[in-house]
Amino acid sequence: MAKQLMKGNEAIGEAAVQAGCRYFFGYPITPQNEVPEYMSRRLPEVGGVFLQAESEVAAINMVYGAAGAGARVMTSSSSPGISLKQEGISYIAGSELPCVIINIIRGGPGLGGIQPAQSDYFQATKGGGHGDYNLFVFAPASVQEMVDLIMESFDIADYYRNPVMIMGDGTLGQMMEPVEFKPVKKRDLPPKDWATTGCVGREHNIINSLALVAENLERHNWKLQEKYKQMKENEQRWELYKTEDAELVMVAYGTTARIVKSVVNKLREQGIKAGLLRPITIFPYPEKAFALLPDSVKAFLTVEMSAGQMVQDVRLAVNGKCPVHFCGRTGGIIPTPAEITKVAMEIMGGER
Amino acid sequence: MQVVFQRPSALSDKHTHYCPGCTHGIIHRLVAEAIDELDVREKTIGVASVGCSVLAYEYFNCDMQQAAHGRAPAVATGIKRVHPDKVVFTYQGDGDLASIGMAEIVHAAARGEKITTIFVNNTIYGMTGGQMAPTSLVGQKTTTSPFGRKAEHCGYPIKIAELLSTLQGAVSVARVSVHDVPNIIKAKKAIKKAFEVQLSGAGFSIVEVLSTCPTNWGKPPLEALKWLKENMIPYYPLGEYRTPEEVK
Repeated sequence: MAKQLMKGNEAIGEAAVQAGCRYFFGYPITPQNEVPEYMSRRLPEVGGVFLQAESEVAAINMVYGAAGAGARVMTSSSSPGISLKQEGISYIAGSELPCVIINIIRGGPGLGGIQPAQSDYFQATKGGGHGDYNLFVFAPASVQEMVDLIMESFDIADYYRNPVMIMGDGTLGQMMEPVEFKPVKKRDLPPKDWATTGCVGREHNIINSLALVAENLERHNWKLQEKYKQMKENEQRWELYKTEDAELVMVAYGTTARIVKSVVNKLREQGIKAGLLRPITIFPYPEKAFALLPDSVKAFLTVEMSAGQMVQDVRLAVNGKCPVHFCGRTGGIIPTPAEITKVAMEIMGGER
Repeated sequence: MQVVFQRPSALSDKHTHYCPGCTHGIIHRLVAEAIDELDVREKTIGVASVGCSVLAYEYFNCDMQQAAHGRAPAVATGIKRVHPDKVVFTYQGDGDLASIGMAEIVHAAARGEKITTIFVNNTIYGMTGGQMAPTSLVGQKTTTSPFGRKAEHCGYPIKIAELLSTLQGAVSVARVSVHDVPNIIKAKKAIKKAFEVQLSGAGFSIVEVLSTCPTNWGKPPLEALKWLKENMIPYYPLGEYRTPEEVK
């Protein structure tokens, strides 16, 4: 299929449809409105259902119902709306239901703003709602990558019976880039014999996250942890850029990583051996990538559109071997290459 | 030997956790009998809510999903949209439906979602130990209205059947009671009709069932039944508030 120019949010919708998503429940919130708008036109064409819920709370619970009924289902929202969905997401994770959740992040806290941000990193990667659980979280850096990852996400959700979150930001949602919808490698998926489809000729199926006996709940929680362990072993993804001889490794994901890539080139022009480590999965966090870095690395610089969230995972991965610095803008401000370059130069001993 | 009475196939053989004298058991049975009589057990998907009936997923012998507090109508919407050919019902108490879940029930009804809601109103939060509900009567003592519910402080109890009957999508709305045998028979008819309405594809159907909570009302079962009759029915009149005939 030829490349076409598409807005990020619309590409999200098309990627989902091509991955077999037939149900979408959502609620308007800027800057992700083009996702439900696209789905409202597109899903009826393929025999699916788009439904605008009365709230984000209702939308995520419709997702729970549809996922429990065996369907491929998606919802999308932006930061305050994702906060509202957290209870439902916890139920979905607890009941081991597959679904895909899009978060086109805007600045917070509270109502915050409508400009792009990455300040929901903690919420996305550390659970988000109540209880011991994790989402599988992708952080794409281009519209094409977002499309590719979404097309895989439904299989991943089904494979692990776990919600998958795509963490984008307002920039990714709103910008237009050329995209191609390429078929992705399919995983071997077990039949959804647990779904509520009517108990014809079998025992009744129950979708549930309640376990009143503590021992049972603990057993269930260890089972969930076992899945997260498997994800950590098998699913970490990252991109390394010019790190082979790097002395300064910059760590950034999503839109910020694209800015940092140009900073890396700028620094190299000035004789500073910089490189980029770009996490593509942020849960599981790509710790393995850090082990691949050369001994030449003297320092890390984490760049985020937040007050410093992923930097904690970088520190855990680096584990005290080198200093880990941070440079961030928050509230919807996108960091400029100039300001990142300045911080990097300072770390590396000033102008050369 | 001739069998004259048995458990409906839509009920499992699990022992329920309900308190002695609680009317949930009767209502479960009525729902199960309706499902059996319509021969839809294998195509029925129920949604249990949060509250005393949270474990209903173990008691109904059909596919079940357990929903977050108040969200059963949204969960049921998700199921029904995926399986429009199945029978989908929610089983919710008054704290769940009339307080935290008010938005979900109103909008499911407004959309004319083709589901059936069994709404059990016993004017109190039972599972959590007897707190005031939006349906608690004025003057009713609960653990959070220890001096009796005062209207000037927290308003008047919400009449769900009347409220929902203003919505076009709610094609079948009835209030029944299970405080004596004639009323139990009427309740059964109303519940079966609500499921029939769903099967006809007409729209949303709900049966509000007045129920007792001897434990948290602090009354023996018989006195509780009497209290329901004398105090609840005058405020919550029984009857059909909306029927499909009216809708046509």
